[in-house]
Amino acid sequence: MSEIDLETARKVAHLARIAVPEDKLPALAQELSDILNFMEQLNEVNIEGVEPMTSVTPMRLKRRPDGVTDGGMQDRILANAPDAREGFFAVPKVVE
Amino acid sequence: MSALNTLTIAEARDLLRRGDVTSVALTEACLTAIEGAGRLNAFVHHTPDLALRRAKAADVRLQSGDAPSMCGIPVGIKDLFCTEGVPSQAASRILDGFRPPYESTVSAQLRDTGAVMLGKLNMDEFAMGSSNETSVYGNVINPWKVDARDLTPGGSSGGSAAAVAADLCLAATGTDTGGSIRQPAAFTGTVGIKPTYGRCSRWGIVAFASSLDQAGPMTRTVRDAAIMLQAMCGHDPKDSTSADLPVPDFEALLTGDIRGTKIGIPREYRMEGMPAEIEALWASGAEMLRDAGAEIIDITLPHTKYALPAYYVIAPAEASSNLARYDGVRYGHRARLSAGDGITQMYEKTRAEGFGHEVQRRVMIGTYVLSAGFYDAYYNRARKVRTLIKRDFEEAFAQGIDCILTPATPSAAFGLGEMADADPVQMYLNDVFTVTVNLAGLPGIALPAGLDSQGLPLGLQLIGRPWEEAALLNTAQVLETAAGFVSKPAKWW
Repeated sequence: MSEIDLETARKVAHLARIAVPEDKLPALAQELSDILNFMEQLNEVNIEGVEPMTSVTPMRLKRRPDGVTDGGMQDRILANAPDAREGFFAVPKVVE
Repeated sequence: MSALNTLTIAEARDLLRRGDVTSVALTEACLTAIEGAGRLNAFVHHTPDLALRRAKAADVRLQSGDAPSMCGIPVGIKDLFCTEGVPSQAASRILDGFRPPYESTVSAQLRDTGAVMLGKLNMDEFAMGSSNETSVYGNVINPWKVDARDLTPGGSSGGSAAAVAADLCLAATGTDTGGSIRQPAAFTGTVGIKPTYGRCSRWGIVAFASSLDQAGPMTRTVRDAAIMLQAMCGHDPKDSTSADLPVPDFEALLTGDIRGTKIGIPREYRMEGMPAEIEALWASGAEMLRDAGAEIIDITLPHTKYALPAYYVIAPAEASSNLARYDGVRYGHRARLSAGDGITQMYEKTRAEGFGHEVQRRVMIGTYVLSAGFYDAYYNRARKVRTLIKRDFEEAFAQGIDCILTPATPSAAFGLGEMADADPVQMYLNDVFTVTVNLAGLPGIALPAGLDSQGLPLGLQLIGRPWEEAALLNTAQVLETAAGFVSKPAKWW
């Protein structure tokens, strides 16, 4: 169906939020194309009237009351953060 | 008595209960074996002090007569399981330094039944791989060796498989999204079962593809798989897909009697180019089951050939969504930023540095197949094909088939690095016999059934009906007994 061109590879990398240097884009585009070509086999299958699978086991999900079940552990949640300050996760400036 | 680290769970349990051995002695024997096996690179985070503390507690419990089967048994835990206060990084750089403040449900159940965690086991990064070559910790080396080459233990649970085969622990946890328990079990002459989707809680296990992921035990015998699976299973309110069904006593149901059982042989699994040795092993497995009183029936699973392409749409799609959480904000690695970098550069640089090549590739494939304009052509189509793959199995079971016998892998273990220049699809073919089982949510077990001409183990796979792990294990044990596989890798490390 579709061959992945450089522009598409660049766009996919950006959508995935993965920095890919310009000189690596051709190889990436080729790899993605090869994998997608492998997937093209799926076009041989007659899927007329077939429902897409949403759950592999026919089970109704359990319900529970919509209430707070946990919390009050700010320090434990921040303990693994690369940069935590004054009880918050710190990131580069987002709004000018 | 054989060396303590080489015992099966069942043997160790009986010795522990009789007071003939202590959990501390078992644990020390394993810790010594681990220390001497650095070359295999199976254990990547060592927790000897924690292990000895738990072993002492297990001994107290054993003395008081409160001894569940896993009490005092030293096990390894795959790095994909979050373990409280112990590094858990899914063999990825992006989780460097992460110490979970909580314990996964499965490893908590094992801990609470008295099992002793020896440390964390190497694996493919985020469980994406079939050769254990994508790990940030480096390759795991298969204890089986026939020439100068280092062989792969398979993947993604390669550290677990190598550790069990090399007698570094009595058993280990694994996880299986497309074959990651069964393929490494086959490559190392060990037993691995992936239970029905929903048997084990996924809570606290780093997610790869949530509709396919299941945990399971990796052991030396089918009986051990039954014992350990029992301890890992059960409903968990924290995983909405875990099944609220009673867990049978799998070990008690190992009757050894499979008379009248109907075993299906799917014709589509006879792949072009399959080595004659594997074909012969498969036929002899069927013969052994027939001799034990089972009926062998040829069946058809017509959509088999579409399982791999469907899997390689669905699994990356789910992975791209699951792995979106690794953003350098809440845990793990964050890239060093340049002056003027904003939050988007932080995400992009962090993920480029933190994810290895295979993970990046799959996240991008997943992103593409879910993107506007391609969602129907790839993702929805794959989900429809998945419905058809599951229907194939349902029709076989509706005909009265109890279990399906197939090869576990299309080859024996190959050399590390041998696939380096192959295109990624070649590596994906390792999962050709196992991936259908995940797509259909069924239980599957791999067990060693013979050696190839080089002297490497080969495995067979049995696939069961949903929730019928007990019958599956019973059939597997009959096959195990008939095959009489007793070979062990000679120690060279």
